[in-house]
Formats: sequence, C-alpha cells, structure tokens
Amino acid sequence: MKPGILTRTIVTIVFFALVFSPLFIRRYEARRDESRAKLDLQAALAGHGFYLQEVSKQAGVNFVHEAPTLDAKLAHIMPQVASMGASVSIVDFDRDGWPDIYVTNSKEGSKNALYRNNHDGTFTDVAEQMGIADVNKAGTGVSMGAVWGDYDNDGYEDLLLIKWGKPELFHNDGGKGFTRVTEQAGLPAWVNANTALWFDYDGDGKLDFFIGGYYAEDVDLWHLSSTKIMPDSFEYAKNGGRKYLFHNLGNGKFEEVSEKMGINSRRWALASTAADLRGTGHPDLFVSNDYGVSELYFNDGKKFHEAGQETGVGFAPKSGMNASVGDILNQGRFSVYVSNISEEGVLIQGNNLWVPKEGTSGDGTKYENLARDFGVEMGGWSFGAQFGDLNNDGTLDLYLTNGYVSLDRNKSYWYDFSKIAGGHALIINDAKNWPAMEGRSLSGYQTKHLWLNDGSGKFVDVAPAVGVTDTYDGRAVAFADLWNRGALDVIVANERGPLLIYKNTVTPENKWIEFDLTGTKSNRSAIGARVTVYWNGQQQAQEVSGGSGFASQNQRRLHFGLGKFPQIEKAVIRWPSGKIQTIPNPAPDQIHEVKEPE
Amino acid sequence: MSQQSIAMAPQPAAPFQWKKFFSMENRYLAPAFITCILLVGQLSFGFLESYKKTVAAILASLITELILGWIYLGKRPILASAYISGISVGILVRSPAFWPYIVCAMVAIMSKYVLRVHGRHIWNPSNFSISVLLYLAPATVAALSIQWGNYLLPMVVIWVLGSIIIYRLHRFHITATYVVSFIVLSYVRSLLTGSPWLSEVAPLTGPMYQLFIFFMITDPKTTVKSKKWQIVVAAMVAVVEMILRLDHVVYAPFYALFFVGPAAFLIEDWFKTRSAIPAQVPA
Repeated sequence: MKPGILTRTIVTIVFFALVFSPLFIRRYEARRDESRAKLDLQAALAGHGFYLQEVSKQAGVNFVHEAPTLDAKLAHIMPQVASMGASVSIVDFDRDGWPDIYVTNSKEGSKNALYRNNHDGTFTDVAEQMGIADVNKAGTGVSMGAVWGDYDNDGYEDLLLIKWGKPELFHNDGGKGFTRVTEQAGLPAWVNANTALWFDYDGDGKLDFFIGGYYAEDVDLWHLSSTKIMPDSFEYAKNGGRKYLFHNLGNGKFEEVSEKMGINSRRWALASTAADLRGTGHPDLFVSNDYGVSELYFNDGKKFHEAGQETGVGFAPKSGMNASVGDILNQGRFSVYVSNISEEGVLIQGNNLWVPKEGTSGDGTKYENLARDFGVEMGGWSFGAQFGDLNNDGTLDLYLTNGYVSLDRNKSYWYDFSKIAGGHALIINDAKNWPAMEGRSLSGYQTKHLWLNDGSGKFVDVAPAVGVTDTYDGRAVAFADLWNRGALDVIVANERGPLLIYKNTVTPENKWIEFDLTGTKSNRSAIGARVTVYWNGQQQAQEVSGGSGFASQNQRRLHFGLGKFPQIEKAVIRWPSGKIQTIPNPAPDQIHEVKEPE
Repeated sequence: MSQQSIAMAPQPAAPFQWKKFFSMENRYLAPAFITCILLVGQLSFGFLESYKKTVAAILASLITELILGWIYLGKRPILASAYISGISVGILVRSPAFWPYIVCAMVAIMSKYVLRVHGRHIWNPSNFSISVLLYLAPATVAALSIQWGNYLLPMVVIWVLGSIIIYRLHRFHITATYVVSFIVLSYVRSLLTGSPWLSEVAPLTGPMYQLFIFFMITDPKTTVKSKKWQIVVAAMVAVVEMILRLDHVVYAPFYALFFVGPAAFLIEDWFKTRSAIPAQVPA
C-alpha cells in the first residue's frame, strides 16, 4: 500500500511543524520576557507592589570581595577554582533591634566586614574593632561563609566562620567584641568548607552546628602535593570533603558526632539548610551537593538517616549550589529550592523546586520537582536563592543570583569545560588535565531572577522590571528588614564584586507582620522555632533558620506579608522545646517581640 | 539508532544458540544491547533524567512507527529499530522539559518516512532528530555529556560487549576506524590548541560516545555499502568532527555525522543512479 499524495503531504507538514516547533516556542518566550524587562519604578510599584533600589554607596557600604590566589599548579584554571568565598549573613550582634551585616572576603590577608546598622540608613564597618576582620591571614586559609547562633545562650549571637582552611568560632562578648574560642570548642584543624549552619538537632536547648566539606580536608589549596584534587566525576563524585556534626556539650565544648549520628558522606557539599520538613518537631537536614545528588537527612532527634533516594530528591545528579525552604503554597509545608547549572546549548540541568507530593506526609514524605511547572527552573549558572515575601502580598517570592566567572565577554570556556566534564575519573580528577581558561568567561555576566509568586503555583520573573539589573557573579543572597520598615531588603554578595544592598519599597496597601523570637527553654536564638500565621482563611509557616541559601543567613526575625485588609486570626509558635504558644489576633504592621513562656 | 532490524526476515523459533544470538540474523541483538546499557546505567548510577521521560520517548517512537508503518506499508512494521531510536532519545537527550523527548522521538521516526531519496532514508533517525533539537532548542535541550559513574569496569564491559556485537554484525571496522581516527585527531587538536591531550580524548570515555560509535555511525540503513567506503566515511566523520571541535562546537560528533552521513549516501546513490540501479522499495 502506498499513501496518497494528500496523506504524504499531511505527514510532511506535521514533520516540519515538529522540527521547527522549538523556534516558535523560543520566539514566544522571548517576546514574553521582553515585555517584562522594562524598568519603571512607579509602574513596578503599581503592577508588582514593590521595587528595589541598589543603595550600598548611600548606605556607606563599599565592600568589594577579592578572590584568593591558590597554588601555582592551578594557575591555568584559577578563576574557576578560586570562585567562591563571597558570603553574607545577617545578625543583630549588639542586640539594638536593628539588623547588621557580616560579609566575608577571600584574598589572602584581606579583611571581613561587620556593618553595624546606624539606624539612619547607613552602616559602619566595625569588624576590626570587634576582632573579626583579620581572619584571612596567610597559612590559615580564607573565608567562605559565616553563620550566627547563640551557642551559650547568653543572649548574644556567636560567629561560626568557615573557610578553605581552619574554621573559627568567635564568642560574642555582649556585643562589645569577640573572643576566639576555636581551640576550646574543639574545631578541626582544616576543612575546605562551603556550607555550615546552626541547629539544635537533639532539642536539648543548646545549638549544635553542621559543616559540609567541599574539597577533601587533607587538601591545602595553597600547597598542593598533587593536582589530583578535582571531582572524580561531574555528576557522581564522592571524593569531596567529609561532613561534620558538632554536638554542643554545654561548656563551650563541642563533640564531633557525624558518623555516630548517621551522617557519613564525601559528596561535594555546597549548601545546606535545616527545617522540620515532616512535622516531627525535629529539624531535618538538607544538603545540596555539587557534582552529584542532594542528600536529605531525616532526623528523629537521636539519629539521622539519609532519605534522598526514597523521597525523590536524591535521584538525578546535578550541581546543587543552594538549599532554601519556603511554604510557597501557604499550606504549612516546606518546599526546597536547589540551584543548578543551565547554559544554553551545552548543559541544561534546570533548578529543582522540591514540592511535597500531595497525599504524602511524615516519614512517607515524597517530593516532586515542580520547578518547570512553577516557572523557576532556568536560572543560568545559579547560586544563592532565598524565599521571602518581597511585595507583602501574602505569598513567598524567590530571589536567585547567578553567574560563575565573568572575564572576557566574547570568549567562552564552556566548550573546554564540557570536554573535561565528560571525561572519566582518571582524567577529570587531575587539575593538570583541565584546559587553561586563558581569560575566558564561564557563564559570566548573567542577569538575575526575581520570581513573584502568584499564590497558585506560578512564579513570574520581574527582576529587571523592579530594578534588579546587575550582572555580577552572584553567590550569596540574604533577606532582612534592614531599616525596620516592614519590607524585606535584599543583600547580595558577589564574587570579585561589590556587596549590593537592594532597598525595598513596598506599596503601603500591603500589610505585614514580623516576629522576633527569643528562646528560654529552647536555644536562645530560637533557631528551629516555627511560626504559623493564620489570616483571611489561609496560613503560612516559617522557621527561624541558622543558615540557608548559599553561604548566607537571613535575619532571624520572621517576616510575613499579609496583603490588603488582613484579618489575622492567630499566630501559632512551636518552639524547638516542643512548647506551643498561640498569639490571638496579633496586630499587623508591627514587629512582635516574643519570648518563649517559661 | 541502528536500523538493521527493519529489513530482516522473521526467523522461525529454534533452540537458543549463542552464535546465532550474536549474529546479523538476530534483530533483537541491538535492542537487547541498548536495553542492557540503559539498565546498567540506571540501576548503577540513576543516569536517566527520569523514567517517565524515557518511557515517553520510547512510546512516542513506537506509536509513530506503528502509525506511519501502517500508512506507508499497509502493515504493522517491525518495531525493533523504533525501540532503539526511542531508547536512544531517552538516554541521550537531557532536558528538564517533557516535550523534547516526545518531539525528538517523533521527529526521528518521521524522518525515516519523509526524508527519503530513491526509497531510502538518508539520515540516521536519532542522529537527525537530536542534531535538529540541539541546534533549534539550545535553551531547553542538551545531550548526555557526562560519565555514568566513576568506575572503569562498566565502561570496559560496555566497550567489550559492544565490540563483540558490532564485530558479529560485521561493522566493527566502522567503529574501529572512527575510534582510531578520533584518538589520532585528538593529538592533532592538542598540538593545535595547546590543550592537554587527555582533555581532548576525554569525551571518548563517556557514555555518549559509546552510544554514538556502537549505534549511530554503524547504522546499516544510512551507511554506504562497500566496506572500503564505510571506513573512509567513518574517518571523514572524525575529520569533520575535528574541524567543528576546533570551532568549539560542543556536540561536534552529532553534527559531523549529520553532515557526512547523508553526503556519503547521496554520493553513493548518485553513482548507483548513473549505473541505472533501480531504487529499492521503502523498508
């Protein structure tokens, strides 16, 4: 049987329509993005409910991150190896009720900065006088991140500084200075770490901490005995740094218990966060790994067990570089956002938005990646991201920074990178086999993403339309209400670039409420405390976090947007101790300071 | 990818014989091999984007083949080659989106029926569809370009098993020519660009190349007939790939075969036409 001319014509038309369908899809998406890219602040305020203005200079912040210079054996690929270290964490270190900013630097001999909030829109760097500036001395490694937690419950947040080098613990002496207590605390001699967080995993009221290694801890990146330090696979590597879980013994000392507690991995950890993902009252630990799958450690209060495979988050290996949680559907359940790499024409991993599957809960919780359905999948070479209600409309939005190495705009290293990335362990593992970068960019000069949540499962990117136009190599993002105005400002740390402060202007029609918690039986920082606000027939849950995103920590104070005309029924606080506290009809547009009932 | 099974006559049931199993007469050999690769890769390392996407690609491929086979041939076609195309798309295409798997599989099968010269399709189906998608949808689609794991053993097993099968199918010379050419030309590229030789050879150690050299370039339906010219064409694919690689084209092997395969076929066909050889009935 031979088909007639009409049949053959129809088949041919369908064939070519299919062949060229990607072009039509692309043209449609380009037009849509173009219409969203126009910056008009008043239109942004009217249309999106807010706009952002970069004000670091006006605020007196002139911090520029500098990268380290590692062993000369890595000179040919130095820009991509020495490509992390810009971090930002928010702390009210002097308990004056105003958020301060701590940022890390990474050049040998460079200084970190602690920007004290002057309450008038400006900041002053006081790191030097507080004793936490000069922490990148040659031979000790350089800073990669910092997280704050009150480990001795004296009311002041202490500083855990991670490095490619010796991690440090600084005790906060009443907001007047810091004392180095690294040795007394029992921290290891050397960890090439890129992520750390505070949490009270056993609920004993004392903050413990987790550190995730990236390069193996026996590697001194300034004095290499071998160039075989790179991952042994682009997506299945297991030769990274070990993990550390330090249990707080309560006398200023910590005991390393990772193996005993079931955390035993050598994947290349880049980001982590802790939150009660199953409603058990215990914080679970999510670790995003570069060159491999993410890990999810379920915590029963006594031991962790890795549940990545069974929950679905540890199935497809990618390049995890972020871990942040948010109740994006206002259902009282947390989704997890993991950033990865997407480069047009080379590698399309897509970011992951792990949303709990309907009908699953508790130990049977399963996740599905809905990043594409929700519109938050493609973010370039993505790094830090945070959830927060930037326009106070009552739903959590998502800010993502990105960009890896911005050098020559017209020359790309991607071809050579893809060659080596596909190589066998024996090849990819050895830095000397990696082609020289020679000044070429690797996913550089990327535009950022700010996705507004419409509350029904769709996010729309409005970054340029609301004023986010920078193209630095972004690493860490933190949210804080820097000027106590009921608006979340955005602070971004850039690799080899300036610290950016995006001041947020939100339409006054949208209301808000904030909770500043202090634990008593629970850890004083209230890290792990969950607040659920019920209003207008909906709810939203948030937890105080001891570290999230990439190399960052948001303000401890929890910020909820409420939209117009909110009728707040109640706020329910579940303290880490297990105590439940209900605040009926809390007033909007206020910061509520709440102490855990004795 | 390989289409050898389309034209094979059905075999009567007989006791299992290893020699027969590894022979041109076994239309299930290539599908069995690629299924092995899929299972080993997935069960060992979980290398698929997702089960659903791979299943969707296979189903789209089989359904398209069934429909077009019925339209063009008036009977149910043998589905072995469509299965290989679908599974190849499911392994090689990397996209967070669902649609590329279906579109790619459909385009692969449809290309066999639409893009024909003198009764024969001129592109390897999955090579055609993957190349088209990589070129036209770079923001959504990439190709498998990483290792399945860190272990030498699975790689050695696939190389050995693949070589035995390809040898039994009388196409080992194509694979061997391409591999040798690639290695030699890697050294040339290394000299020209100053890159470490191992970085130039590195892609050959990945699973994408294993599929490429065992299934794509050996496709009997879209390769020239004489053994001598098959060797020349395999070497030409490697040469064109080198030229594309010098221009930093990431998916050089796919594009090289995309250009060289049909060109060689058309040249052969032109010579045949000149000799007044009648066109064959579509398979």
